[in-house]
Amino acid sequence: MNRPQTIIDKLWATHEIVCRDDGQSLLWVDRHYVHEGSFHAFGKLAERGVKVAEPGLTFGVADHYVPTRGSRRDIANPELARMVRQVEENTAQHGVKLFGLDDPRQGIVHVVGPEQGLTLPGLLVVCGDSHTSTHGALGAYAFGIGASEVAHVLMTQTIWQKKPPRMRITVDGRAAPGIAAKDIVLAIIAHVGADGATRHAIEFAGSAIRDLSVEGRLTLCNMSIEAGARCGMVAPDETTFAYLKGRPYAPKGEAFEKAVAEWSSLMTDADAQFDKEFRLDAKNIAPIVTWGTSPEDALPIDASVPDPAREPDDARASYLRGALEYMGIAPGRRLTDIAVDRVFIGSCTNSRIEDLRAAAAVLAGRKSKVPGLVSAGSTLIKLQAEQEGLDRIFRDAGLEWGESGCSMCVGINGDLVAPGERCASTTNRNFRGRQGPGARTHLMSPAMVAAAAVAGHLADVRPLLAGRKV
Amino acid sequence: MDKFTKLTGAACPIDQPNLNTDQILPARYLKWTRAMGIGKVLFQDLRFDADGKERPDFPINRPAWRSAKIVVGARNFGCGSSREAAVYALYDYGVRCVIAPSYGDIFSGNAIQNGLLTAIVTDEEAAEITAALNRTPDLPVTVDLEEQTIVCGNRTYKFSIDPVRRMRLLNGWDDIALTESYRDRIAAFKESDRAERPWAVPSAYS
Repeated sequence: MNRPQTIIDKLWATHEIVCRDDGQSLLWVDRHYVHEGSFHAFGKLAERGVKVAEPGLTFGVADHYVPTRGSRRDIANPELARMVRQVEENTAQHGVKLFGLDDPRQGIVHVVGPEQGLTLPGLLVVCGDSHTSTHGALGAYAFGIGASEVAHVLMTQTIWQKKPPRMRITVDGRAAPGIAAKDIVLAIIAHVGADGATRHAIEFAGSAIRDLSVEGRLTLCNMSIEAGARCGMVAPDETTFAYLKGRPYAPKGEAFEKAVAEWSSLMTDADAQFDKEFRLDAKNIAPIVTWGTSPEDALPIDASVPDPAREPDDARASYLRGALEYMGIAPGRRLTDIAVDRVFIGSCTNSRIEDLRAAAAVLAGRKSKVPGLVSAGSTLIKLQAEQEGLDRIFRDAGLEWGESGCSMCVGINGDLVAPGERCASTTNRNFRGRQGPGARTHLMSPAMVAAAAVAGHLADVRPLLAGRKV
Repeated sequence: MDKFTKLTGAACPIDQPNLNTDQILPARYLKWTRAMGIGKVLFQDLRFDADGKERPDFPINRPAWRSAKIVVGARNFGCGSSREAAVYALYDYGVRCVIAPSYGDIFSGNAIQNGLLTAIVTDEEAAEITAALNRTPDLPVTVDLEEQTIVCGNRTYKFSIDPVRRMRLLNGWDDIALTESYRDRIAAFKESDRAERPWAVPSAYS
């Protein structure tokens, strides 16, 4: 009898071309996404005078540097214009399809891939961006790589990897109303730590994960990297197949049915062993916000920030002091007493249609006490939101409705949080200076960002949802 | 890629857990090419305040550690963004080795691609080395990859590193040459895989 396998083992085996005695495996890459930041790698190809090996499996997007305001045809900032032009030239030169600024399908790479049906169950997906783990939501083995590896994949369509230890994170039970995938994943990271899954490939399992939509699973897998994981995935199921059916690049008709039959076996066998297990009950998860400068600094909204004076461990106390000082928060302060200056809804973590609907459900008929920006994950999502009237809700609340891109998550397209300003944000990293030098970021779900906007301070969204359809 | 065998030099302790690649190289420098001098902006926002004035308390600004070849970090060094330019910044500043209890996965992979050694010690050992350097800032540290040892004052520590990565650094090997030697295997895989997983190729967009 064959040894029971995890989904991770199955995906690995399908892509292994060479397995060396030293533990290195050469893996086949099914999809490779490139963006403006991939210029280092294209430069390496130019140095060697070689072409992209599999342009048909390589797709480009313009997302990191694209403006969300003002003209996108004629970008005012010459440095941003140069970055966008560079990815246009690099992809054109190698015959790689680009979802550029003139394409209605443009958007954030980790939104566009699933949306276009380019990311499928059973695929191995790489991109020179750490949040490539997002694509695991569809049952793909997806991970971020550095520029040298991007160049290697462009040249050979393969990548060297060592098989990672396997970790299963099981979330059983049912999440309470108002609790989103973002709350689940922040709760996980708060428990296991920012390095709790380092080097591991994660399978997310359990009834609370099954209950998530594909959008929710994308949020969950997106943040795997914030626990240090190589990749995170959810086994494909009927929810996945229903999401993929009819997507432009997904198989069609009979080919789709055949693919579904194969994808259906992509699950962990009963009794398969993981190297590490972590369990959480969804019913214990409250809306979560971060207070510090690492995603592991996350607490339920009714909590207070730590007090370094009460921390027995010196190193930990010193970390807490530094984080609180940077964040401008007094020790022991209640989270709900922290006023915000600005909100941001967007990024590869939370910019899909469900995210926008969740925020709009809170904001409808209400005003934001602070300025803010909403940037849909793709131009198609932006259009859909406008058809649903969500843009009106955001604008009426006083928020800005921008174009699609990475925007204020990484702050390199000109969308910045000012030094010392505090931003309630649906993004993935509350690192020092992430949203701009001196910026203070609190991570939370789209509904919680909307609640912070309405209250003017960090706030529990649940009372605001009373009597509303969500 | 340059080989790494043995190195003696100043070692700068930066005792911050989860020191992410945004701190090593802030995102606004990601559009820089390496030739623009990316080493100059290593740890930019930790080294300088908002007015561009040096922060004297940041370790690498202290005279003994200004030309450090080694950085001693805390757990999860280099977590976060996949930006390989964080490694370029360290390397081009002159750093050839980081010593820490654990690393961001993508960062340590990028380091190997560029000849930067990421040596793994225990939390206690990293804390001990950091304490020794804080007591005697100009204490030279020797890192020997052949022996997998770190000599710091009168103490010698064993460090760990993945054996494949160790061989690559010792020999200055680059991936592409190795991959090229498997060209036939790749072609054969592609052919059989196309037959077995026809759905894995993107359907034509119509």
